[in-house]
Amino acid sequence: MRNLIRVTLVLTGIIFLWQTIIWVSGVPDYILPGPADVLEAFETHYDTLAKNSMITFAEIVAGLTIGTMLGAISALIMILWKPTETWLMPVLVVSQAIPVFALAPILVLWLGYGVASKVAMAVLIIFFPVTAAFHDGLKRTEKGWLDLAKVMGASSRQTLIMIRLPAALPAFGSGLRVAAAVAPIGAIVGEWVGSSAGLGYLMLHANARLQIEVMFAALFILALFSCILYFSIDAALRHYIRW
Amino acid sequence: MSSLNLGETYIKGARLAFDEAVIFDDIDIRLVTGGWTCLLGQSGVGKSSLLRLIAGLENEATASELVFAGESNPDGKITYMAQQDLLMPWLTLAENVSIGSRLRRNFSPENLALAHDLLERVGLGKETHFYPCACSGGMRQRAALARTLFEDRQIVLMDEPFSSVDAITRLGLQDLAAEILSGKTVLLVTHDPQEALRMGDQILVMRGNPAQIEILANLPTGKRPRELDGAGMAQGRAEILEKIRG
Repeated sequence: MRNLIRVTLVLTGIIFLWQTIIWVSGVPDYILPGPADVLEAFETHYDTLAKNSMITFAEIVAGLTIGTMLGAISALIMILWKPTETWLMPVLVVSQAIPVFALAPILVLWLGYGVASKVAMAVLIIFFPVTAAFHDGLKRTEKGWLDLAKVMGASSRQTLIMIRLPAALPAFGSGLRVAAAVAPIGAIVGEWVGSSAGLGYLMLHANARLQIEVMFAALFILALFSCILYFSIDAALRHYIRW
Repeated sequence: MSSLNLGETYIKGARLAFDEAVIFDDIDIRLVTGGWTCLLGQSGVGKSSLLRLIAGLENEATASELVFAGESNPDGKITYMAQQDLLMPWLTLAENVSIGSRLRRNFSPENLALAHDLLERVGLGKETHFYPCACSGGMRQRAALARTLFEDRQIVLMDEPFSSVDAITRLGLQDLAAEILSGKTVLLVTHDPQEALRMGDQILVMRGNPAQIEILANLPTGKRPRELDGAGMAQGRAEILEKIRG
């Protein structure tokens, strides 16, 4: 409840500051629209905004799901089969050295203007933090637990399932939190480079037509998505992974 | 419960060396069958490594002969308790106590019932569904004792299991351990002379570089766990300190 009050206060403060800047500086509304203009844009362009939001949201969620699964699987493979660790990890690190922005045009070229290239972008961004965090967690199992399992006569498979996996979940959770925060970047970058729908597409379009209030509306929705995604994942992780 | 195996447990020619540095070499230990052997020594002398060697956890150390309750195969003979309780935070106390059966893939509902009984025995009958984070250090070590009991092995190896709790709780845990582990062959590694004097049927002092083992000749009289102010305790403590210091 106190959090809610704090968030409301901060938002009100930002809106007030925003309006004050417009009043004081007298910026024309095609450079910086006021809060009222943006609100109006929500009303007039409701259908367009809703339709494109859903597409971007779907891309983010799909990217997050696939990226997390692939990340978890590759971390497990590296743990289960040692040679992959020496070979795969450097490749993963190098892959992070390539800016996603530079990859976006290639992905659009290969996968087309549709949803697939955006999901692929999001997957690329999400994959690494999840893999790195989960892999690290799996490697850092408390030594005492492994000793205990060994004396108890556990097989390495049972040790993995019963001890190493649950022990690595908090680290996996950290990776997932980072992933949730960066996932929208992947989808939006993909849409900016080439798309036929989505919030990124809408923003490009609105920008070209000087509909700055629509851009702001899209931006606002995007920020809202990021927050919803991050906080719901954070809450779920807190609830299910308490250790 | 367990079949009482009265075969001897001993280790001969134990050696631990890192390159040129020899921690201990050619050490022989014979545990008191069905009783408590306490191994005392200063930090870093190698007493934990010796215990871990017997537990099969020390890859660097070697022994020329290791016999567990009369047999050379340690499978199903040993259970181990460390300084940390090593409870898994994602499992309840009852699940933690019975984790061995899950790890060996022979878990059944009876195991959980047994875990409840054992927790009852260590005074945690009402807390079986608690998670470790909700328990005090003493409760957690009692749960770890219950887990040790659940394993139901003849040889119990304990590596300073009571050193992380306060003095009063420690006395309670020692009393409890002495009661519920009666009949087991116990090796207790400790740095606390008083604990060794309370619990030991045999007290071994490890010291020197490379370390050697000396057996304490005069043990206090009386039944374990002995009273802190009992006969021979003060004299025993003086003798131990003298031996440890060399």
